[in-house]
Amino acid sequence: MSHEIEIVSKSPKEFAYAKKKSAEAMRNQVTAFAIMIFFTFIAFALVMAGFSPTLVVPVILLLAVVQVILQLYFFMHWSEKGHGIPQFFMYSGALVAFTMVLAFVTIIWWE
Amino acid sequence: MSSNQKFTPHSWPDHPEKATAEGKNKVTGFWLFLGGETVLFATLFATYLALKDKGPSGMKFTSQELFELPLAFVMTMLLLTSSLTSVYAMYHMKSYNFKAMQAWLSITVLLGLGFLGLEIYEFTEYVHEGFGFSQSAFSTSFFTLVGTHGVHVVIGLVWITLLMLRNSKRGLDLYNAPKYYLASLYWHFIDVVWVFIFTVVYLMGVM
Repeated sequence: MSHEIEIVSKSPKEFAYAKKKSAEAMRNQVTAFAIMIFFTFIAFALVMAGFSPTLVVPVILLLAVVQVILQLYFFMHWSEKGHGIPQFFMYSGALVAFTMVLAFVTIIWWE
Repeated sequence: MSSNQKFTPHSWPDHPEKATAEGKNKVTGFWLFLGGETVLFATLFATYLALKDKGPSGMKFTSQELFELPLAFVMTMLLLTSSLTSVYAMYHMKSYNFKAMQAWLSITVLLGLGFLGLEIYEFTEYVHEGFGFSQSAFSTSFFTLVGTHGVHVVIGLVWITLLMLRNSKRGLDLYNAPKYYLASLYWHFIDVVWVFIFTVVYLMGVM
């Protein structure tokens, strides 16, 4: 497959800018990681503290969803440009996933 | 231009994984695959939730007395940290630092192996207690869900290791940059699934 790619060498200024951008992205990723670790601690602590499940279950599910969103946007680069199609695929998958889980937990043992 | 073109940090593109048509297609196709994987795991989660603590002889074991939170916590920390180290690897991939990328990927593989070792330990403990794959509907749905995730971990480890060995002398170029990028996406996806497993299976299991 012949496919032309133009090789452009960055000027020192452009190079410094790209470096700065990538350092910024890294800072965001480390912050996201710190939040994920923190949320994991909270989730385990809430369960170990023995609060009522009706209270804890929605909270830990919410923490899990936020963790996954952080993972997708920062670790899997959704915060960068050009991720419309990946988001479409994953949101479609998530919609089917949610419907399926909802159906199974409500209908199977219907009384 | 051939895909063997050599680069310097200055000529290396900002998004090497998408600099070629092949790379662009790979990334898009891989996300379609991950969308499908989401549905696959949803069927397993749905089955698990429906059959939890159930089955002809299932009531002998309940999730409440079976699962150990400290083990699940350590496994979660190992996998979450390995997700960060693979982010570090991709940071060095983008700045054309091949050695640093390989080093961070090795750490990712080691953390993944740690996770896998604990999972194998956990499964053998359950089997010794009598909670085998075919013990009840509950046990089958549990091992299928967590085991399928474990298989993904094995595939991810083999994939990353082979990539590292295969390209160890080649260095980075636009031919293998998308390959590394996809392997790291796959590894992050494994962590995404685990976030739901530790929440839905272990945390909600012991309550």
